[in-house]
Amino acid sequence: MATIRFTSHLMRHRDTPMIEAAGSSVADVLAAGLADDPVLQSYVLDEQGRVRKHVAIYLDGRLISDRLRLSDAVAPQSEIYVLQALSGG
Amino acid sequence: MTTLWVGSRKGLFRYDETPQGWNCAGAPAFLAAPVTMVLDDPRDGSLYVALSHGHFGCKLHRSDDRGVTWVELPSPAFPKSDAADAPSVEMIWSLVAGGADQPGTLWAGTLPGGLFRSDDKGQSWQINQNLYARPERARWVGGGYDHAGIHSILVDPRDSQHLVVGVSVGGIWISQDGGQSWDLGGAGFVANYLPPGQANDLVMQDPHLIALSAADPDRIWCQHHCGIYVSDDGGRNFREAVGVKPSNFGFAVAPDPGDRDRAWFVPAQVDQLRVPVDGKLVVTETRDGALSFVSHSKGLPDEAAWDLIYRHALVADGSGKRLAMGSTTGGLWVSNGGAEWQLLSANLPPIACLSFAP
Repeated sequence: MATIRFTSHLMRHRDTPMIEAAGSSVADVLAAGLADDPVLQSYVLDEQGRVRKHVAIYLDGRLISDRLRLSDAVAPQSEIYVLQALSGG
Repeated sequence: MTTLWVGSRKGLFRYDETPQGWNCAGAPAFLAAPVTMVLDDPRDGSLYVALSHGHFGCKLHRSDDRGVTWVELPSPAFPKSDAADAPSVEMIWSLVAGGADQPGTLWAGTLPGGLFRSDDKGQSWQINQNLYARPERARWVGGGYDHAGIHSILVDPRDSQHLVVGVSVGGIWISQDGGQSWDLGGAGFVANYLPPGQANDLVMQDPHLIALSAADPDRIWCQHHCGIYVSDDGGRNFREAVGVKPSNFGFAVAPDPGDRDRAWFVPAQVDQLRVPVDGKLVVTETRDGALSFVSHSKGLPDEAAWDLIYRHALVADGSGKRLAMGSTTGGLWVSNGGAEWQLLSANLPPIACLSFAP
């Protein structure tokens, strides 16, 4: 199972515990991990499923390359960090 | 007690008028979050706040206990699309209650320009496809923002099915059937930012704000990009106010709900100089349906001031006796009747919207 961790910045607005979820892509993992909280999902992704402009998602230490479809491949032990981009501050 | 909600760049402030005067009721809700709209629903006392987080997008919250606690609601959202440029809601730019006969119904206008309806107090939203599908929408353009947006939604108090919507830049749209069909209004507008011969194009008009008179809902006031206009037929036709001093440019208009001929404005110099004329902040008032105007400055800064009043930051209460005004430089004033103003704070964050409790 991959893990999803969130910036403390987001925790000001929404309860965001560390989440474990399965999937072969960032899109799959986020969809599975956030399925129970569509409002939290809306903080990370827009209604078109894209990463919000001023949100940064790191996969195993690197920014994901596909912000539109989130197709970056995820391994079973991958770590996904959802952070705020400095550009949105 | 009168309450004034102040939506600012750094949260929602509450001011209360007590027998001892106006007081700020402590720290703001949603501290540091930009508030784009506040609605105090006169039908049931629900309080709604729209936020536009820098990182995390547009959010909507409701309080059922007058701002003590809040529940987050889904924000209006555009339909899912595979198009690379599919829209995403950036901001709720207008949020109004449906008619008295429509408990729980809300209308929201967004940036980019979408009109959304909720029939369950904001728990779910549906886009108005009939307006969204109008071919003229392809000609809407941004006015101050990258995209066109809906900043004004008027619900006729006599007939909840009669709606009038203002779009910057996209003109005025009128529905007589609750949003099932739409017609363009705004005849008489003159857009001097268009090429010669196109100034009367109804789609390319930029009404900065439209507001109806509760005393006569057929009367609609418009602070347009190019002047002040008045309609006496629900927004289909407008006449322009002429000779308005010190300027006919601005964003806000607050009609007197008790007097169809009375309204207040806050002029800025001109499109490319969005500051008070000669640095002198004034409120202008007409009592004769925009045939003449007087300027009020008592209680407003004597020294040079560069405050701009955004479109939702000049409001009258339900009686028309109290006014409030908030500026981009964090000034907040109140007035009884508009001729004399009282400064409540000069140090608030930039103010986007105000709302008196009904």
